[in-house]
Parts: sequence; C-alpha cells; structure tokens
Amino acid sequence: MPADDATSMAQRTPPLYGRHEDRGAQFTEFGGWEMPVEFDSIQTEHAAVRESAGIFDVSHMGEIEVGGPDAELLLQRLTTNDVSQLDRGDAQYAAITDEDGVMLDDTVVYRLPESDDAEYLFVPNAGHDDQMYDRWTDYRDAHDLSATVDNVTGEYGMVAVQGPDAPDLVAARTDGSVRDLGRFEATYAEVAGVECLVANSGYTGEAGFEVVFPADGAGAVWDSLANDCQPCGLGARDTLRLEYGFLLSGQDFHAEDNPRTPLEAGIGFAVDLDTEFVGRAALQAQQETGLDEEFVGLVLDERGVPRHGYEITSEDGDTIGEVTSGTMSPTLGEPIGLGYVDADYADDGTTVDVVVRGTGKQATITEPPFIDQ
Amino acid sequence: MSFDVPDDLYYLESHEWIDPDTGRVGISDFAQDELGDVVFVELPGEGDEYDSDESFGVVESIKAVSDIYAPVSGTVTDINDDLADRPELVNEDPFGDGWLVELEFDDADLEDLLTADDYQDQIA
Repeated sequence: MPADDATSMAQRTPPLYGRHEDRGAQFTEFGGWEMPVEFDSIQTEHAAVRESAGIFDVSHMGEIEVGGPDAELLLQRLTTNDVSQLDRGDAQYAAITDEDGVMLDDTVVYRLPESDDAEYLFVPNAGHDDQMYDRWTDYRDAHDLSATVDNVTGEYGMVAVQGPDAPDLVAARTDGSVRDLGRFEATYAEVAGVECLVANSGYTGEAGFEVVFPADGAGAVWDSLANDCQPCGLGARDTLRLEYGFLLSGQDFHAEDNPRTPLEAGIGFAVDLDTEFVGRAALQAQQETGLDEEFVGLVLDERGVPRHGYEITSEDGDTIGEVTSGTMSPTLGEPIGLGYVDADYADDGTTVDVVVRGTGKQATITEPPFIDQ
Repeated sequence: MSFDVPDDLYYLESHEWIDPDTGRVGISDFAQDELGDVVFVELPGEGDEYDSDESFGVVESIKAVSDIYAPVSGTVTDINDDLADRPELVNEDPFGDGWLVELEFDDADLEDLLTADDYQDQIA
C-alpha cells in the first residue's frame, strides 16, 4: 500500500503543493520531493494526455543556470551532446557521464532565448541538482574556467502541458508565438502576466510544452494553464513515458545500483564523440568493441506486470538481463517493460521470459514506442 | 473522503474483508482507493489451504504490488474468475463483484478479526 502523507520532515515541496492538496491529490516521495502521484486516477490522467491535454507539476526537476565567457565550454565538457550546435532558444537532450562513461544523470540543456546574466539553463532530474551544481563548479575551478553556475531550483517552478490539444491551449494563454516553436525550441512568453520560458518539449510522446517560471508566479501560471485541462501526477507521467520507452534517471540507470553508459541505454543519438567531454574516451572504446548488453522494450505475452528488478531469462532459463521499468500500458491494456538484456537477445521479436514472483512469463522483445506515433 | 465499511463483514488491519456467511474475501473500499487502478489480480487455486495472515495472492495496480492475506485459516473453495479479464471490478465494486476468493473456515477464527466499527476507526 502506498505511503500516506506521514513522510519525512526533510522533503522539498513544490510551490504548488497547497493547490494540489486542495485538489485532493495523493502524494509520493520522489527524489527528495513530495509530489502529486495521482489526482483522479492514473488511467484517467493518462487517457487525457493521449486524447486531449493534461498538465503536470514538474517543479521537482532541477534548474541550473550557467553564464560567463566559458559557459559553452563548461557545458561541452560535462555533457555528451554538442552544445556548440545550440542557437539562442534551442534545447538539446544530453547525458552527463563520469570518466568511465557511466551516466550520472540525463538532462536538457537550453541556450536561453535572450541573455541577461545566464547564457544557458540545464535541467537535471529530481534530487540531482546539488550534485550537478558541485560537479559543474568543481570542474570549472579545477580547469580555471570563467563561468557562473547557479543552482536556482528553489527559485523556479515548472509545469508540462502535454497532449494533442496542448498547443492550442498554451497558445490561447500566451501571445500565440509559441505555435512557431519547433521541437526543442524555447521562447519567453507571458502566462497570466508571469514571464515564462516556454519550450516545445516533453516526456510523454505527445505534442506539448514545458514551462518554467519564478516560484512566486506558480499559482497564477497553474490556474491559467490548468483551466480546462486534466491535472496529472507522477503516476501518469511514468506510464506515458514508458509507452514511448523514455529513460527514467535513477530507475533505468543509476550510477551506483545500475551503472550504464548512454550507448547501453539506447541514447547514442545524444552522444557526439566529435566533441571533448568527460567520459568520451570510454564511450569511444565501447563504440568500437560493441555492446554486451542493450536497453530494450518488451511486451509480456502472458498475464502479469513486469516490474523494476524482475529477472529476464532465455527460454532455456539462463539469466540474460533485468527489467528496470514496467507497467500495464493504459493505452494498450498490455503489460510492457523496459530493461537490459544480453545483446544476443536484443533483436526485435526475440522470445524471452520475465520472472514474476518465481514464475517465468513469456515476453517478446519489442522496440519502443509501444504505441503508434 | 469517506469509504464504505459494510457492517456485516469482518476486517483485517491489512484491509481485507471476509463475509462470515459466505466465506467470501476481498479488499476494502479504502484499500482499492489507495491502490488506484487495479490492473492484475493473482489468485490461488481451488483446494489450496492457507493459514490466517498468510499471503494467498496479489493485487497489482499501475503503481503498486500488494500482497493479500487470508483473514482466517481455511481452504479455497472458489475463486472469482471474472477478475482475470476485468481486474477493475476490484475498484468498481470491492465488496460485491470485485470479491477475490471464497474460503471454508472455522467460525471461531472470526473472533480475532476487526469488526466494522474497529476497522472504521482504523482508517478514519
């Protein structure tokens, strides 16, 4: 049974906590934050995002601003993608790796539409902001770079408005220029009188926007955008991203518990080996020798639900991998999962078993997304 | 939020109920609400025997896997086959069509269980 609200005193709470409480949300601890997991039901919220629109409070995501003459260089050295490709208002997905190429986190790097203090903003996952702030400042100081690094996580809130109706909805609440944004482009726009960074991006596979705003404007922004829009919790956020096979930091990879390189985790598209970054040599070597294990999707052919930590075996019963995420897909009504398997078993259509409470259940390796795009 | 707690049933602290007349066992209205959308129910076979407080199956929602415990010692005489295709019955009608199993048991064992009033106090 999920924990009720008797949680630890040290939890961080989003600026919209009171609004969620009034709306009857159930909460959960995630990455040190007390966040809404469910407002109505996960199935209802999930369906709203696939069919119309939903709004998520994602203020648990970190925000770190980077500025100064060496800002680009610092980000180039500490993220796997090519930051020099970013024009103003562009965003980019990247991994953050250590010397061994192991992912510490994944992130989106924004080159801000206009520069006043900071040139860049990057968004680490919940609970990683302090670690990344230290990583950025340590590297800067060790290499004598001239860059400002500010962890502004507590000063900002963030929401995601996602679904086929999200563009109309967000355009109606702004001056409409957000319609012109391409995928992974951002602009400044006012929502309910609050200046926001609005990016065409998300974690659901649907059209939509992510909106960053000063914490003291959070209520006004939420009230404006959540009008005629289903509020959604982290439960639906998880089922939505799972149907598209998007990674969840800490669950599908974890620096200590499940160390993975971005190549193993299937996000080689976010790695540019022509740039110089921490972990590059290790990834180059792995690229040359090939992968022992690969990140795959699977669909269970029998009744049951694959879950984090369940063993994956071959039909002969040999252990070949482990499930890292799984759920009953609300869209398909079928059990789906993500995980790592021996590369010999990673081809689409391969039959494997997932061990559910001691019993092998047949599953088929299926490349995500699990639903039609 | 208030939850149904029918007077004629007995309860476990872990949110299972048993009907003393029929031996039917299920999870409470409170429990189904906490779990959220139930997507899979794993039940024992007819004739299986369980001690009280022993896990006899699993109810899975999208967000959680929850063991279900036998309120009393007994033998499974029937299982709710409808749940294989319609696990959502546990949410929709936890004390009715969403029942899980029927147990043959000794009435004396009911003394150890919570009454509706006791259980109501627990979830209040």
